[in-house]
Amino acid sequence: MADTATPTARIRTQPARIDPHRIRADFPILATANRFGKPLVYLDSAATSLKPKAVIEAVDGYNSEYSSNIHRGIYEIAERATAAYEAARVSTARLINAPEAAEIVFVRNATEAINLVAYSWGRRNIGRGDTIVLTEMEHHANLVPWQVLVQERDGDLEFIPITDDGLLRLEVYEALLHLHPKLVAFTHVSNMLGTINPVRELTEMAHAAGALVLIDGAQAVPHIPVDVQAIGADFYVFSGHKMLGPTGSGALWARRELLEAMPPFLAGGDMIREVHLRRSDWNEIPYKFEAGTPDIAAEIGLGAAAEYLMGLGMDAIRVHEQELARYAIETLRREVPGIEMYGPEAGDRGGVVSFNLPGIHPHDVAQILDRSGICIRAGHHCTMPLHERFDLAATARASFNVYTIPEEIDALAVGLREVVRIFER
Amino acid sequence: MDDLYRDYILEHYRRPHNFGVLDQPTASYEGSNPLCGDRITMMLGISDGVVREVAFTGRGCAISQASASMLTDEIKGKTVEEVEKMTPEDLLDLIGIEISPARLKCALLSLDTVAHALADQASGQASAEETQPQPGQ
Repeated sequence: MADTATPTARIRTQPARIDPHRIRADFPILATANRFGKPLVYLDSAATSLKPKAVIEAVDGYNSEYSSNIHRGIYEIAERATAAYEAARVSTARLINAPEAAEIVFVRNATEAINLVAYSWGRRNIGRGDTIVLTEMEHHANLVPWQVLVQERDGDLEFIPITDDGLLRLEVYEALLHLHPKLVAFTHVSNMLGTINPVRELTEMAHAAGALVLIDGAQAVPHIPVDVQAIGADFYVFSGHKMLGPTGSGALWARRELLEAMPPFLAGGDMIREVHLRRSDWNEIPYKFEAGTPDIAAEIGLGAAAEYLMGLGMDAIRVHEQELARYAIETLRREVPGIEMYGPEAGDRGGVVSFNLPGIHPHDVAQILDRSGICIRAGHHCTMPLHERFDLAATARASFNVYTIPEEIDALAVGLREVVRIFER
Repeated sequence: MDDLYRDYILEHYRRPHNFGVLDQPTASYEGSNPLCGDRITMMLGISDGVVREVAFTGRGCAISQASASMLTDEIKGKTVEEVEKMTPEDLLDLIGIEISPARLKCALLSLDTVAHALADQASGQASAEETQPQPGQ
């Protein structure tokens, strides 16, 4: 069975592999220790990722060598800054195979990208009685902006429910499409369940019903190959800080004709072609959506992160993280009696494992693990409706990235046994 | 090594004191920390300005539940005035462990919930007094 192939067998079928032990040398923070002198075991990459030297140096380079504003200055360092900023846009476009860099709008994060679409496209296209279809597994970022929109425009939200295994129920989705929604918005990879949704199929179904599609790629772009053209999406959003880039960086991709038809989201400098006292003409895309001086350093860092990821190879990263997820599920189930884990049992899933220890609150779990230098997330991970769906107050979550090694999962298992020991004594 | 998860904290967590409901509470409030999912309902039976009975239900982390258990022991028999005067520091002294900033909300949820229950009761009394003005006011 291909799913249980040993790593050795895999080398033959998967020529591209990454060596996480070597990759760790690229991440200065991994050489640090916590206040108890324990080395950092960082298992919270779904919240934010660590940054490699390439990204840190790109940000530092801008700040220390050519700090100046973009799209304005007629002097050397300003031209250099503009070139670096636009090169970052090209790198970001390549990472998701966008047809052209001009379709990449730089934003602070995926949340801002979704808000941009909800305000700009949504207020023009969603009216009384119009339906938007979401899923039960959405991050609050892909839920609350739509709640605000439909409340204001008197529209409706519908939700694709999920199975107990954390998979979307496509037969219900099909029925919801009979409502002729204007938009279907869903996450590519669930930040709590690790589910990798069948985005291409979901998109085709939406288009057949006449709906546009927005995909939240915050947990996908760092971990699996993403090709927005192959998916056929209309809008695709992601954050830089989850994909080894700086906080404050992120991108909205949308098809050119959509961006051109959309009114600006924020107004001000850089987004205009001509300004008169009583009216202005908008700049061309993507600048129409980038009012004011952006986080230049962060977006340059995002470009460096995109290059770093492409250098490792997204296919190889995907294999690495799927193996880690499988190893984590096997190891924790074997080593930590009574542990409950959530999400798809087998097959395709992202490098996220959410769990609970019976009778022990995830905050207590996280606090005790912290003493061993192990960082996990505890809470609802910005998915309160999803936790309600499973009748959970909170969960603990371990999540992985290119620098995660099986030894860290072993350390987690030891740490969890210690948690159980403390609570059972 | 266990500064936080001392035996008595875990003992309160496993077998909380005053856990349950009052039939006819004179004040009650449900408090929660939405970020962690801690939830506590405090029920007080107050007569002649004294907390005669107290009970709580809830679910959450060991710190929040142990804190509620210890706080209910502490306030039973105290006057409302004394309870209202309790500060977060008083509760932290009572719990007796070092609480990190990230967990303060867990530790203080119980006191916050009691304060809300008392405030609700006070405003209920105030509005009752407004509708039936006392002679001489």
